[in-house]
Amino acid sequence: MSITIYVPCDSSAVSLGADRVAAAIAQEAAKRGIDIKLVRNGSRGMYWLEPLVELATDKGRVAYGPVQPGDVAGLFDADFTQGGAHALSLGLTEEIDYFKKQQRLTFARIGKTDPASLTDYIENDGYCGLKNALAMTQEQIVQAVTDSGLRGRGGAAFPTGIKWKTVLNTASLQKYIICNADEGDSGTFSDRMVMEGDPFVLIEGMTIAGFAVDATQGYIYLRIEYPHAFDVLNAAIASAYEAGYLGENIQGSGKTFHLEVRQGAGAYVCGEETSLMESLEGKRGLVRFKPPLPAISGLFGQPTVVNNVISLASVPVILDKGGDYYRDFGMGRSRGTLPVQLAGNIKRPGLVELGFGLTLRELLYDFGGGSASGRPIRAVQVGGPLGAYLPESQFDTPLDYEAFAAIWAVVGHGGIVVFDDTVNMAEMARYSMEFCKEESCGKCTPCRIGSTRGVEVMDDIINGRNLDKNIPLLRDLCDTLLNGSLCALGGMTPYPVLSALNHFPEDFGINAKATAA
Amino acid sequence: MTESGNMQATVQEIIAALKNKPGALLPILHDVQNALGYIPPESVPDIATALNLSRAEVHGVISFYHYFRDTPPGKETIHLCRAESCQAMGGKQLEEHVKSKLGIDFHETTADGKFSLEPVYCLGNCACSPAMQIGKKIYGRVSADSFDAVITTIEASA
Repeated sequence: MSITIYVPCDSSAVSLGADRVAAAIAQEAAKRGIDIKLVRNGSRGMYWLEPLVELATDKGRVAYGPVQPGDVAGLFDADFTQGGAHALSLGLTEEIDYFKKQQRLTFARIGKTDPASLTDYIENDGYCGLKNALAMTQEQIVQAVTDSGLRGRGGAAFPTGIKWKTVLNTASLQKYIICNADEGDSGTFSDRMVMEGDPFVLIEGMTIAGFAVDATQGYIYLRIEYPHAFDVLNAAIASAYEAGYLGENIQGSGKTFHLEVRQGAGAYVCGEETSLMESLEGKRGLVRFKPPLPAISGLFGQPTVVNNVISLASVPVILDKGGDYYRDFGMGRSRGTLPVQLAGNIKRPGLVELGFGLTLRELLYDFGGGSASGRPIRAVQVGGPLGAYLPESQFDTPLDYEAFAAIWAVVGHGGIVVFDDTVNMAEMARYSMEFCKEESCGKCTPCRIGSTRGVEVMDDIINGRNLDKNIPLLRDLCDTLLNGSLCALGGMTPYPVLSALNHFPEDFGINAKATAA
Repeated sequence: MTESGNMQATVQEIIAALKNKPGALLPILHDVQNALGYIPPESVPDIATALNLSRAEVHGVISFYHYFRDTPPGKETIHLCRAESCQAMGGKQLEEHVKSKLGIDFHETTADGKFSLEPVYCLGNCACSPAMQIGKKIYGRVSADSFDAVITTIEASA
């Protein structure tokens, strides 16, 4: 009987050599006359172990990693296809502590299945949510999503059910579902993992959203930096059309849903929903005034649901197992699970999906194992380039939207970037201003001009010029950005800047007392 | 056919295939850049006419997006990540090394036309920082040495 070997096709795994490992395994097996079936799965999200090679056994999948092409002959010499011992052996994959302790709902299939296989998807609970949705009224679908407590995972945390309800109740001949796959936040990669590792779950989620609100056309707005996800999504969409899961009369229901992937072109601001819609319409990605809300007048002036990848990919499990099932995970008003991404200077970077409520400290040390450099962790930035920098004294904050808001921070899209004690926080604050300057769409003055002035003020501060005047000036400028910007880019750039100033004043050449003024 | 005639034919073909899509401009620009490596300024009037836009509007869109370029790139474009996660893992030092190794700054092309260097703000490879992308290929945990090795391999295969 042939042996099934799994080597991830996830682009991070590939960036560490997974393609070469897969080729080496195929070659070595052929040379030795061993019959193998090579499956390119998604990543389990334990990136310090990638490329992670798995082998199907009676007891479950066993893992070896990190495997380099040069290790492959040795693995065969050790008879690893028959469970032979090897230095890279990690035992049963799902017994690895990092993985075992997770609560994988949205990521349930990722790393287990072949993302290109619709059959694999269906055999592993795929399209159960859609099946249930087809037996429900639109109001019932929206109610299930509302009951689940799901809030937008892109960062704004707006209740998904309420957004859907608004679109459902707005009459129009044409409505749209947009998936915001412009995952531009540094330190985040959960959207990418879903699109590369389980594309059908996103397609199913969007199809359910279409049924729920009467939208017949969906667009996935994908960032250009994800070429592999583009190919995987297009292949999956083609398979779904072929099998009657997209197009007209889906599974004999008489309902229609079309789906197309559109690529962005390297503009961070297009992750903002109104800018994204301008871009989809073929224009410069300038932010729109709100109101009108996209749910009432969105893409091409029609009612539009704009949801993040993770939000939409969480819909199938909610419709499959019920809103209550999903809601029972989490804490406070943050319900369900959050796929947290550990990145930057951390020993065990990767994807950790858990119900809300775990503290940063547990994530950084129990899961992450501390810094990669072995030096003390000095600061972490949570929620992307517009998220606050948190010092060690705030590491006991639980991951919860409200708890983070209370310390003037954001959970955002769940990315955590770790810095050790070699970081200069004034430099990071300058970078935040520079990033805002680089990415500003230019529509509103505080963001367009404020960011340029911000870089100049930070340069003065870093060079120790006139701190008595420049520190208050920086605060004043941040106040203008915070209150006067049209969207979150200008409006939240003060989060990293001021949190760096408040928590690490010594890096700005001042003592803590001076900042309190 | 002349080179500019070729270019025009390619652009016309792309326009004809895509112009009836809703919001067709970005898909057209992407296909033109995929086919030619950049969006030649000479192609702007044709694109504008086909979509009933002004040339200024098309130019405005091209110049808004970092990814679109109106000059030919080097044979290979290196997208080097400048974002926070890569900075936390020595991205700045790598950036210095890359610039001095290639002898160019961001948005420039080496004199021999082999490499263009562009900054990128996150490749989604943050668990394997620092990261870079060359063409469609992504690299993780890039060091000065591994960067040099990649460049040598590309040069050898050219």
